[in-house]
Amino acid sequence: MTEQVKVLTSRWGDNRAHEIDRYGELDGYASLDAAFGKAPEDLVQLVKDAGLRGRGGAGFPTGMKWGFLAKGTGKPTYLVVNADESEPGTFKDMELLERDPHALVEGVIVSSYAIGCRNAFIYLRGECGWPGRRLQGAIDAAYDKGLLGRDIKGSGFDLDVVLHRGAGAYICGEETALLSSLEGQRGQPKLRPPFPAVEGLYRAPTTVNNVETVATVPWIIRKGVDWFRSMGSEKSPGPKLFSVSGDVVNPGNFEFPLGVPAREVIMGAAGGMRDGKELKAWTPGGSSTPMLTADHLDTPMDFEGIQGAGSLLGTAAVMVFSEDVCMVRACLNFTEFYAHESCGKCTPCREGTDWMRKILGRLESGQGQPDDMDTLKDICDSIFGRSFCALGDGATSPIVSALKFFRDEFDEHVSGGGCPFPGARVTVGAH
Amino acid sequence: MADKPTTVKITIDGQELEVPPGTLVIRAAEQLGTIVPRFCDHRLLAPLGACRQCLVEVAGQRKPLTACTTTVTDGMEVKTQVTSEVARAGQEGNLELLLINHPLDCPMCDKGGECPLQDQTLAHGPGETRFVETKRHYQKPIKISETVLLDRERCVLCARCTRFSSEIAGDPFIELFERGALEQVAIYEDEPYESHYSGNVVQICPVGALTSPSYRFQARPFDLSSADGVCNHCAAGCNLRIDARRGMVTRQLARDNDDVNEAWNCDRGRYGFAYAQSPNRVLIPHLSEDGKLRTASWSEALRRAADGIRAAKGKGVGVLVGGHLTDQDAYALQKLARVALGTNNVDARSWSEDEEGAAAAASVAGRGPEDGMPTYRDLEAARAVVVVDLDPHEESPILWLRLRKAAMRRGVPVVAVGSRPGRLAEFATVVATRPGGQAEALGRLGRGDGDAGKLLTEGDGEVIVLAGWRGGATGGLAAAARLAAALGGRFAWVPRRAGDRGALDAGARPGLLPGGRPVGDAAARGELAEAWGAELPDGPGLDGPAMVAAAAAGELGVLVLAGVDLHRDHGPRELAAQALERAFVIAVDHEVNDTTSQADVLLPGVVHAETEGTFTDWEGRVQATHRAVPVGGAAQEIWDLAAQLAARLGTDLGFAGPGLAAAELERFRKRPPGAAAVPEPAPPAVPEPAPPAVPEPAPPVHGAPTGRVAAGEDGGESLSTPPSSGAGEPENDGLELVTYPLLLDAASMLARAADLNRETPGAFVELHPDDAGRLGLADGASAEVDFGEERTARLPVRVAPTVAPGCAFVPANQPDLALGALLGPSPALRVKVTAVEEAAA
Repeated sequence: MTEQVKVLTSRWGDNRAHEIDRYGELDGYASLDAAFGKAPEDLVQLVKDAGLRGRGGAGFPTGMKWGFLAKGTGKPTYLVVNADESEPGTFKDMELLERDPHALVEGVIVSSYAIGCRNAFIYLRGECGWPGRRLQGAIDAAYDKGLLGRDIKGSGFDLDVVLHRGAGAYICGEETALLSSLEGQRGQPKLRPPFPAVEGLYRAPTTVNNVETVATVPWIIRKGVDWFRSMGSEKSPGPKLFSVSGDVVNPGNFEFPLGVPAREVIMGAAGGMRDGKELKAWTPGGSSTPMLTADHLDTPMDFEGIQGAGSLLGTAAVMVFSEDVCMVRACLNFTEFYAHESCGKCTPCREGTDWMRKILGRLESGQGQPDDMDTLKDICDSIFGRSFCALGDGATSPIVSALKFFRDEFDEHVSGGGCPFPGARVTVGAH
Repeated sequence: MADKPTTVKITIDGQELEVPPGTLVIRAAEQLGTIVPRFCDHRLLAPLGACRQCLVEVAGQRKPLTACTTTVTDGMEVKTQVTSEVARAGQEGNLELLLINHPLDCPMCDKGGECPLQDQTLAHGPGETRFVETKRHYQKPIKISETVLLDRERCVLCARCTRFSSEIAGDPFIELFERGALEQVAIYEDEPYESHYSGNVVQICPVGALTSPSYRFQARPFDLSSADGVCNHCAAGCNLRIDARRGMVTRQLARDNDDVNEAWNCDRGRYGFAYAQSPNRVLIPHLSEDGKLRTASWSEALRRAADGIRAAKGKGVGVLVGGHLTDQDAYALQKLARVALGTNNVDARSWSEDEEGAAAAASVAGRGPEDGMPTYRDLEAARAVVVVDLDPHEESPILWLRLRKAAMRRGVPVVAVGSRPGRLAEFATVVATRPGGQAEALGRLGRGDGDAGKLLTEGDGEVIVLAGWRGGATGGLAAAARLAAALGGRFAWVPRRAGDRGALDAGARPGLLPGGRPVGDAAARGELAEAWGAELPDGPGLDGPAMVAAAAAGELGVLVLAGVDLHRDHGPRELAAQALERAFVIAVDHEVNDTTSQADVLLPGVVHAETEGTFTDWEGRVQATHRAVPVGGAAQEIWDLAAQLAARLGTDLGFAGPGLAAAELERFRKRPPGAAAVPEPAPPAVPEPAPPAVPEPAPPVHGAPTGRVAAGEDGGESLSTPPSSGAGEPENDGLELVTYPLLLDAASMLARAADLNRETPGAFVELHPDDAGRLGLADGASAEVDFGEERTARLPVRVAPTVAPGCAFVPANQPDLALGALLGPSPALRVKVTAVEEAAA
């Protein structure tokens, strides 16, 4: 058995942890003195040595990303925190911000110090009012205590933090679209190069890091590389938040070392299947990662393990589907999301998601045709690897994996003249 | 560091080639003749990668890449649709997606027949669609502006139009709205898409989503016959493709020429062609009889013209050359004047120029890019560009585009000197001057004073000085030439009209023979006298305004008006009417107007699309324009008419065969070797004979202008500093009038261009915010403008910092106020602007 760990979640049990004084009593802001005692480049090296990988989905090594930041450009360097958490199934960052917002502020301070940033921005998903208010309260309190602003704790280090609330677009989680939106432009992804590390926000060197990533940095500074690497695997070290939802007894966020077998997350921490149903499918990292089945429950949940099983760890958002779930309907639900959130910039994603939504709607409402499944596959082929950004790739994941594991169900929708599951939708979606 | 390689080697479909580093794969493939299909890519727009049609396979990449965003690297191996199944499948899959919501209404779409989407679908597309769902539906079409209609169902969202608007033209009123499958091109609800360049978005639309009302449903592309033309509106020299169907021009497109207009032109040049079908078009000769025009045969008309000339010749003859004639026309007319009529009274100017100004303009005569004239391309590489007395956005729109590119993309500093820099202010350092203050301001710039002066005197490269026609009488033109000489830079004269530069080169000036040869130069006269087989007059000739004044005073017996509307170009109206009344008038024109209807003989001339000839742009670049439609009615080429008129007077101009006038012009067009190439700062290189003392005519205003206000004393104010409240002048002394024609006005060449006419702003008075504040006038208010001599107009007020403090701008030739006809050309006067109490509703 892999034990749950208490790192990022260590203060979640305390219902006053969002207050700065209480946060201080819980060792909050303890990493600042340790950080300011070191040279910034040593901190970057520390994060490199720890092997911290980005928690926003792609798993790119954070220290290496910081190392890419262009030096000597004569322009400021920016840290932008990606808090635009909107992947279906993912709710780790929001709970962190609600329960322990100072953890992010502390992470922003030490990360900014490490990369030489004097103005940091937090781009928060617009719909998230409560986490936003908690986070703004934490930022204000940090200013009041002199932990933000000029000459923080006598270190000579200045930092201003701006919380920016988005307008509710999934695409703004993509870093170039996020930066465009933050600049006041249309939230659409941009060509790379230039990469944000060279020309990002306001054409200055910029690094975009996920909330969980930034909140993990203070722990590495305080407890060291060996402690961090004592959790997880060689290539995927450290603790990780897992968001479990769906047909389980006890849905929620759980913190495990990376590499924990999926079975222990779903069947252990999350209490197993609700009402004793059979597990039919699960996503390892949100809707954009191909679904897996009960056969994959012993897969270690780290970047390499899940990739070995043919999917992606993504944001470690585990959505669990029981035997009662219609996979066509699940795909329709996901695809409606992608069609709604496609920014419209590139042809495959804009047209493909809309077409797939329409086909899945027909299948579900009993108007499917035998060649619809081939068409779906072809559309996925035209999107995957051809769309401008990863949104399109993600949109194909549920459909490709569902067709791979549950093709029979699709066929039944055609041969049976509609959905064999209870509560079938008789009308195509509202969009 | 090691030297950077100047080329990289790549392989495309097995063929090796070397291209400069940074070349896009799609451009490299073009060099091999392989056209990778594309929609969003445009060679003059920044790469976008949105349509995803140009997928190619690159060795070592797990995914196909878009050729329009991928730059070459050394050793790169690319396979296009020609050799790669991955590329071919990728392109076909993408095409299927582009078509699912496309209405496929090709049979009634204007783009059908020249549509990249249609062409590719025919070549590579699926024969049948698998899309059985309902397509997207939008209202079609919606009006983006008077000149652009949008059919969103056809749109492939390539963003060429929005990128042109933001990157090239800087008119950000057209944008992508919404997202996902509902993404669409739209305009801001409360602001129309107003751009002088809007036709370009129609031309670069890769489908039929953007169309122009004037061409909509007029023709199929394969029914059109096309000719290569050069625009006859302004002196920018845009290359055109003139498309005609059944003898009528149906549309004009910008033709690619990277040296000049790149791939763009302005809306006036694009849509200003329908005047050929104007009901006022003259297609047969007319004679005046009992105060009315009646039709006549060519022989009768030419005989009457010759008789009239012979009868009145003793009192003198004047030849006024229009601003939109070809180089050959101007050459023939000046030869008519000098050889057949024995006078140097020939001029293409309707404005006054003092001796120094005329000399500055003359310094460019007979010189082109190959003789060291600065070019469009040079602007992009200059240390700095100074623009004097010129509002290129209104007066030479393609020059404005190139200046904007130079400033925004190449970082070339642009300094605008004058009373109304207009939209130059968007990227230029503005040195605002009152009329007459330019010379002093330019002098200070030359000494390196101020930030603008430092831009000119510090750094590498050369300074290019562009001066407009308006400074000819107020010192700006001459001072601009002096500044260029002082900085070791180059000078160009940027006239307003397409024929102005060619007329200068052809010798349509009282003091200049062809190729900039001074009339006063006996050797030059001798050279031409020998070639022309005639004695040349050596006496000084009259300039344009002087000829009109002389005719009005009864001192000139004959006026030959070739494409000149005396009322509009040589006002005030009373003066023009008097000149028409007192002189024997031979008009060569394409239309009946206030002037030509008063002519004794009216000879029909061809219009632009009917002519063969050349136009010379402000660079001195000579470009040929070709006949696109048959000549209308009995109209004739104007150079030919000049020759026929000369023949009736017993003189052979030697143009009896096609091409002879052109060939002769080519012989003398160039400035002869040894002649001064750059004007000396002072004295003027070419002494222009001063107009002889002409008695001032009766009409009022003409006497007023010459007394200048405290010229130069307060010139050179920066727009950012408040004016010195008129340098001690009393407040009620009024504002100095600045006037010139806007791009869209009541020009006869815009007749029947209905869309443009609807976009024509109408008259207004534009004030600097400081003056507006002082006078209690807000933007949109109504004001009474008093031009003196009991001439007033009630005009809407515009408040903008683009007009110099202390000045009031009123456009010269708007449909509701023909200011030129009211005040005459280049009036120099002060006007009083007072608020009008709004009447209660």
